[in-house]
Amino acid sequence: MHSLALNEIIGYVIICFGIMFDFFGVLGLVRLPDVYNRLQAATKCVTFGSAGILIGVLVYSGFTPTGFKAILCTVFILLTSPVSAHAIAKAAHNSGIKMAQETVVDHYLDDQNEKPKEDK
Amino acid sequence: MKLENKSRIVVFILSCLVWFLITLKFSLASIVAGLIFSFITALFAGEILIITERKFHLGRVIYTIGYIIKLFWEMLKANFNVAYIVIHPKLPVKPGIVRVKTNLKRDSALTMLANSITLTPGTLTVDIDKEKSILYIHWIDVKSKELEPATRDIGSRFEKLLEEVFE
Repeated sequence: MHSLALNEIIGYVIICFGIMFDFFGVLGLVRLPDVYNRLQAATKCVTFGSAGILIGVLVYSGFTPTGFKAILCTVFILLTSPVSAHAIAKAAHNSGIKMAQETVVDHYLDDQNEKPKEDK
Repeated sequence: MKLENKSRIVVFILSCLVWFLITLKFSLASIVAGLIFSFITALFAGEILIITERKFHLGRVIYTIGYIIKLFWEMLKANFNVAYIVIHPKLPVKPGIVRVKTNLKRDSALTMLANSITLTPGTLTVDIDKEKSILYIHWIDVKSKELEPATRDIGSRFEKLLEEVFE
């Protein structure tokens, strides 16, 4: 039977942790009440989970072309995921999607309602 | 040398580096293709990387490393926080959008602050009002609705480090 090298074992363990965090992110997408809370789960867990999977790939394959691609993808995911979450949240809010019933405060809406009055 | 061209040269070197790291092939065709594409990238999108002239000093590098360590730690906490909320049978959420004040002025610093806030536990940047220097943060578990306590809880974690790195 093929026995695993140390770096392969560590790589598999990290990939499993990444998949676990991704699973929590997906569970959050299903369970949380509105689009903003779902985005929270999506950005956090999926960022770390996907980055974890990529780091696992890096450990597994070493400094080969695959490994370097994994590093670059990690950096790009960490840079772009918050930006896209911000864009989706802002677009959702501006197009008037209501927040969940549990919401306690929405200063953003308050300030936007004030703005047209100031213009007049 | 003009600042735009300086920025283009930096972009050219960076894209060459990325190309060679991705391919790891050193045949003539690969090297020539890499140089050509890096040149095209630098020509069309090169001038946006460096906008202002600043001197290099060691302190900023140390603060950058400190910022990355801090960000990694906060991301780890954020993941466990969301995992806890999601697994909890009652879903302990108390969401809301609060205002947070910031002292940062530069675009790059504000962008990094907004990104860092999104990656830290329970917070998500919705919008930035640059004139009033206010960030609108969606907070999954609102602890205080007022400006000052929210700023202390959310913004101040990264603001000092980012001030040293970018300003």
